[in-house]
Amino acid sequence: MTMTSKPRLMQGNEACVEGAIAAGMRFYAGYPITPSTEIAEIAAERLPKVGGKFIQMEDEIASMGAVIGASLAGLKAMTATSGPGFSLKQENIGFACLTEVPCVVVDVQRGGPSTGQPTLPAQGDVMQARWGTHGDHPIITLSPSYVREVFDMTIRAFNLSEKYRVPCILLMDEVVGHLRERVELPDPASIKIINRKRPDLSKIEYYNPYQDYDGDGIPPMVNFGEGVPYHVTGLIHDITGFPSTKPEVTEYLISRLMRKINDNLDEIIDYEKFYTEDSETVVVSFGSTARSVIRAVKILRREGQKVGMLRLKTIWPFPHKAIQELPPTTKNIIVAEMNFGQLIEVVGASAKGRFNVIGLNKYNGELISPDEVIAKVREVNKNA
Amino acid sequence: MRKSLEKYYRIDKLPHIWCPGCGHGIITGAVVRAIDNLKLDKDKICIVSGIGCSSRAPGYLNFNTLHTTHGRALAFATGIKLARPDLKVIVLTGDGDCTAIGGNHFIHACRRNIDITTVVFNNSIYGMTSGQYSPMTPLGAYATTAPYGNIDRNFDLCKLAQASGATYVARGTVYHVPQLIKIIEKALQHKGFSVVETLSICPTYFGRKNKLGSPVKMMEMLRDNSITVKAAEKMPREEMVNKIVIGEFFEENAPEYTEEYMKIIQRAQGEE
Ligand SMILES: Cc1ncc(C[n+]2csc(CCOP(=O)(O)OP(=O)(O)O)c2C)c(N)n1
Ligand code: SF4
Ligand SMILES: [Mg+2]
Repeated sequence: MTMTSKPRLMQGNEACVEGAIAAGMRFYAGYPITPSTEIAEIAAERLPKVGGKFIQMEDEIASMGAVIGASLAGLKAMTATSGPGFSLKQENIGFACLTEVPCVVVDVQRGGPSTGQPTLPAQGDVMQARWGTHGDHPIITLSPSYVREVFDMTIRAFNLSEKYRVPCILLMDEVVGHLRERVELPDPASIKIINRKRPDLSKIEYYNPYQDYDGDGIPPMVNFGEGVPYHVTGLIHDITGFPSTKPEVTEYLISRLMRKINDNLDEIIDYEKFYTEDSETVVVSFGSTARSVIRAVKILRREGQKVGMLRLKTIWPFPHKAIQELPPTTKNIIVAEMNFGQLIEVVGASAKGRFNVIGLNKYNGELISPDEVIAKVREVNKNA
Repeated sequence: MRKSLEKYYRIDKLPHIWCPGCGHGIITGAVVRAIDNLKLDKDKICIVSGIGCSSRAPGYLNFNTLHTTHGRALAFATGIKLARPDLKVIVLTGDGDCTAIGGNHFIHACRRNIDITTVVFNNSIYGMTSGQYSPMTPLGAYATTAPYGNIDRNFDLCKLAQASGATYVARGTVYHVPQLIKIIEKALQHKGFSVVETLSICPTYFGRKNKLGSPVKMMEMLRDNSITVKAAEKMPREEMVNKIVIGEFFEENAPEYTEEYMKIIQRAQGEE
């Protein structure tokens, strides 16, 4: 991407709206909640300027419903919230998963459970992002660490959501959402935009909304109001979109929904490795925690400690390969996260006993500092 | 069914799931006839429902149809309508769907006066989950979860709609079909949020639990207990007990939400 815009001081939440609009978002429905509120406020101001629509709904359940409705009617749509609101959205997120309606859900994490700590950072929604809604379902979750990355990742969230017809969750946190950094935005013309796949209706005798015409597990989508009436239901359905209780139809649908993600892990998964080539200890982190980890790793490397970092940009589907491909020198993995230990469960499963997996957890409303990462790495390396 | 109406149905999806004697099919038929009488563009109609026996109606109708989550039809419909104001958006919902779990969405949709027509299939019970009381179950009636009689006071849906800001409010029944069709036609033509509460019958649960007899008996009750808005105005209060007042309650012209939003767009773009 070429840089053309003048550098400007921008907040993470603002970068999210700018990224969304650049990606083609033309509909936003939301309900205010700290620390995500600026996203709604900026969307309310920016969207009508580009001919888009903003609506403040009566709650988060309604916001999620409106977003799905708008997306079905052909607009790229987003909502943003934090913990309590993320909980309320879950049923309709599941509806979007099953009915394959593209949409982006931003969760600017704060301390939980319940009302928790509205103004303090946390990363306690990692598992909720994956399993918040009931039943087996596909989902994509991305987590940015920098303001500029919020911009890029919001675009990527829309692109992945449109491409795979799956809700995409942008898992931010209070720090990334409220942080102000100098950013240069790319020339809009240089931004790659992906739109939902459309059927070639001239070649199709009868459009089945859930038929895998192309064999890639992703049915091409017609928007409501385009002259092709069809049915959408949150019940398990066959390729015609109508409810079915047949075991083979059920199994086919659920496995296709999972397959469209699982067959494309290399495209969906993104992560950053830093000094991992010869490292004895690798710190796995994401979101704002990764900022402290990078600083710590730089300092430790100057001391000669063999330490590296794996920063997950895609959290779900989980980048198992990134863990499994760590070099033979790696003995320890430290999972740094602002929660009681969520991602560590998955890292542990991925490590399959090959690595020593240790948690660095903080759940007191404070960030994990570089000093804490440094102390943990020294302790682990000494014991090793 | 008239041959000319067949195009509105997904004939291959029949037979429907409703019990013999259920009133929901009559309301669905009335909606179709109102659409046909008005010669609305079929491709521009979008029918949205929640969850319940009533909310299964869109599956049988040959339009853009969306069967959403329990109580949330109006939230989805609001998204569709705001995204595509040129579409005619109709919500079909049950009394439980609309006034219990969806009650908040209902009053806010009324308040916004967004151009959506909502037809409430009011059978005074949760049919789909087999007969629990709803916010529309009359005081004293029996339900599986009110084995000693219902002590919850029920809503007057039309009053609720009007007080919340709906700009067309009417009530019909599955006995008075020609009138129901007329009311739905008026609701569809009205610009703004229109509500048609329709008294339906659920012989399987409400009827059986309350020993109301056959579906025919239940229909006769609708016939015998209904009075028009005009007649009700003159009737003494004590005689009004257990009466169903049918007809148009309220009609008003007020700014419509999606049109107001278009003005916002003009204002925002003018500023640049
Ligand atoms: C979130 C949620 N809660 C509960 C249910 C179970 N449920 C399905 S339909 C229904 C009641 C429907 O009643 P009503 O809207 O009156 O429709 P009817 O079946 O009477 O036509 C309930 C409670 C559900 N599907 N989803
Ligand atoms: S249970 Fe009641 S509402 Fe449901 S289909 Fe049967 S009669 Fe109709
Ligand atoms: Mg009911």
